[in-house]
Amino acid sequence: MSESSAQILKNNDAHSGMAVRTRGKASELLREMWRSRLSYLFIAPFMLCFIVFIMIPVVCAFALSFMSYNSLEPPRFISWSNFRYMISEDLLFLQYALPNTFKFAVIAGPCGYVASFLLAWLITILPGRSRKWFALAMYSPSLMGGVAMTIVWLPLLSGDRIGYLNSFMLEWGFISDPVLWVTSKEHLMTSMIVVTLWSSMGIGFLAMMAGILNVNPELYEAGRLDGIKSRLEEIWYITVPSMKPQMLFGAVMAIVGTFKAGSIGTELSGMNPTPQYAGHLIMNQIDDYGFIRFELGYASALSVFLLLLMYLSNKFCWGLFGSKGDE
Amino acid sequence: MAMPLIRKPFRFRRRSKLFRMSRFEKVVVFLLVLFSAFMLLPLVYIFNHAFKPYEELFVYPPTIWARNPSFQNFVELFQMTSDSVVPVTRYIFNSLSVAVLSVIAVTGVSALCAYPLSKHKFPGDKLVFATIMLTLLFAPETVSIPRYLVVSHLGIMNTYWGHILPMVAVPVGVFLMKQFIDQIPNELLESARLDGAREIMVFLRIVVPVILPAVATIGIISFQSAWGNTETSTLFMQDEQMKTFPFFISTLTTNMANNVARQGAAAAAALFMFIPNLIIFLVFQSKVIATMAHSGIK
Repeated sequence: MSESSAQILKNNDAHSGMAVRTRGKASELLREMWRSRLSYLFIAPFMLCFIVFIMIPVVCAFALSFMSYNSLEPPRFISWSNFRYMISEDLLFLQYALPNTFKFAVIAGPCGYVASFLLAWLITILPGRSRKWFALAMYSPSLMGGVAMTIVWLPLLSGDRIGYLNSFMLEWGFISDPVLWVTSKEHLMTSMIVVTLWSSMGIGFLAMMAGILNVNPELYEAGRLDGIKSRLEEIWYITVPSMKPQMLFGAVMAIVGTFKAGSIGTELSGMNPTPQYAGHLIMNQIDDYGFIRFELGYASALSVFLLLLMYLSNKFCWGLFGSKGDE
Repeated sequence: MAMPLIRKPFRFRRRSKLFRMSRFEKVVVFLLVLFSAFMLLPLVYIFNHAFKPYEELFVYPPTIWARNPSFQNFVELFQMTSDSVVPVTRYIFNSLSVAVLSVIAVTGVSALCAYPLSKHKFPGDKLVFATIMLTLLFAPETVSIPRYLVVSHLGIMNTYWGHILPMVAVPVGVFLMKQFIDQIPNELLESARLDGAREIMVFLRIVVPVILPAVATIGIISFQSAWGNTETSTLFMQDEQMKTFPFFISTLTTNMANNVARQGAAAAAALFMFIPNLIIFLVFQSKVIATMAHSGIK
């Protein structure tokens, strides 16, 4: 089997040579594929499960977005009608879901991302043994799910005089009447963003922490010789550039997390839909059509639209961190 | 030249000792401690809630500490489990085996897939990675019906396969591991190949040790999702014997006439559900940190 390693080397040469030679020959492609059979063998187990359990359902959902389907009658093809309805007639979507999602994602996404990175960095400057406990504290909202929400945030933000935040602010004279933090349309979005920031230290945070710990320490010494004075400069010139892959991962997960958020508004306000649609996000709109009105075709069209939004913001992140530094 | 390169990433950062911190950093660390205490409140609450007697369970606003801790909730849970049709040990066995097997499957399969995507060039590599990234973004809510049809056509309903196989392909896992493999210098892999190492050996000896932090991270989230998963039990398992522990717990409090009854047992069960997650997190996370500390001390 030692020839297989040589084959991969050859394969690389062949690949670069291919551009020079005439392209598009089917036999050439087949030979190419045969040479890299080992690579295919490596990815085969994942790809099998992936195609069967993720790819096929996603393609079905994609196809559904061009159909009218209520899960009882067979789907009926209606071409672009779902999308046309979405961008011209669906007032809930245009007036509330879309602007709310933008506002939510533009604030919660980048802030949560920066907070995860800074906290991860702070934890890595602590002595080794205490790190995992701090990591546990930051990660605990993801570890416990809804429990944390009901015991910390609901009593804290409760709209009556007993709510911790209200009673504190009344006592100190900041406000004269209790503020409806989660049930009024003025404050719901702010509360949603704050709670989301609190729970944004998820897998992206863990990955970035591992990335920071992975940075070659000699780089810091070299940097000091080159005249780097403060810790901030160190982060900017050494830490971030040498962990670009993890930064990119964190950014993508932040995007996915904020665009896919949906339950937070209803959980906080205890109402579905949220008061005057103040916390209505695209995800709520999808759930609404998918599980309440059973218009699965339209729900799929909405998810395809959401996918497009995420794809565009993703492109932006690849532009920031995507270049492969060492190649 | 090659081997020292691989050691470096794991070295403990000696500059990060407490006594070399500036005053600004001490203040920041102090704030971090306060903030962490706030973040850990719910965790303390979960432990205490399980020991609260009934008159304390419904106090509003919820209290963090139990005033009169008792084992009453655990007794109630135990009584309820002893008269269920299927012994509760069967549910726990199902859950544990499903969780352990899916952690092994998810991490192994993702690492195997990420390696060629990062370091080999083969026809279609870009396409494969782009597809994985796209599905990562896709909202999972709309795919449950097609997924149900797939599982029923495969004939893996009411088997352990039905619990595990739908969970094996985790796009996030491949993405994270690929990001870590991207950091391995190509020369290192080339030199190992020139020394006659087979591709699988390059993978096991060089790639896997370097991406252990990523493996541990994916291990944490895949254990969490497999251990807390009620979806496969609800959708794909009709046989009561094949259902899992979290599904059993979710049946404790639903279908009850009022929502006061059995809340004590539910609180105790929530603690049982949470503890494995906590243990896995601490063990895997300290593995991440320990690998780095060890290779640095030499």
